[in-house]
Amino acid sequence: MSLQKPIMRGLLAKRLRFHLPIAFALSLIAAAAFKYGVTEPRKQAYADFYKQYDAMKEFNGMKEAGIFESVRPSGE
Amino acid sequence: MLHMTVGRVGSLLTRRGVMALTSGNVRMASHGHGVSEQADLSLPMYWDRLDTPLPDKAYKDDLTAADKSLKQKEKGPWTQLTNEEKIALYRIAFKDTYPEMKVPSHEWKTVVGGILIFIGITGLIVIWQSHFVYPPTPHTFAPEWQAKQTQRMLDMRVNPIEGFATNWDYEKKQWK
Repeated sequence: MSLQKPIMRGLLAKRLRFHLPIAFALSLIAAAAFKYGVTEPRKQAYADFYKQYDAMKEFNGMKEAGIFESVRPSGE
Repeated sequence: MLHMTVGRVGSLLTRRGVMALTSGNVRMASHGHGVSEQADLSLPMYWDRLDTPLPDKAYKDDLTAADKSLKQKEKGPWTQLTNEEKIALYRIAFKDTYPEMKVPSHEWKTVVGGILIFIGITGLIVIWQSHFVYPPTPHTFAPEWQAKQTQRMLDMRVNPIEGFATNWDYEKKQWK
């Protein structure tokens, strides 16, 4: 009944050597996924919106719908 | 409590916590383990716990003559002990082995059942409350009002870049 002596030292170091690179890699992947999945499309959406944006046309549309209090639709 | 040092409070809480959590102290016979009586919490206690391995005292208090001679033999070199003697020494110091401690019980069924019963009672209370306590729903929840509200949101161009107003086609005057 003689067992092998178990590993007594360096347990945390062994765990860190395994888990830290994985943690770093996953964090970088998460950051990259958010950047290219969320922020870049959002910036592009804003750019595309304002490329063809006619502020006066939108304003007149809102004015005719009657939502402003300072300027009423042209009919009134 | 002011005269107690922090250490004493800590050890008192440990013993109380251990008493409350000792799996060997389960009081329901239907859970499949023996029922034990309350111990004197002011004396060193024995426990079987997976996470706290070394109890304050050994399991067997009254040793037979054979046990006593075995404890004498334990004071010498352990290589002279047979395997049966080593197991007997273990059983003097401890009640269960780790596999015996880990034997599953039926307690989880009681726990799940209790959880579901209380969720059900809460559901009944919620139903009673929604019928007898709540005031009438505000008029702003009526479908006609909701339609006018939606039209006003579209007129205002709410979130026109990525949100609400992007779902409406302003030329064709319909949802995209």
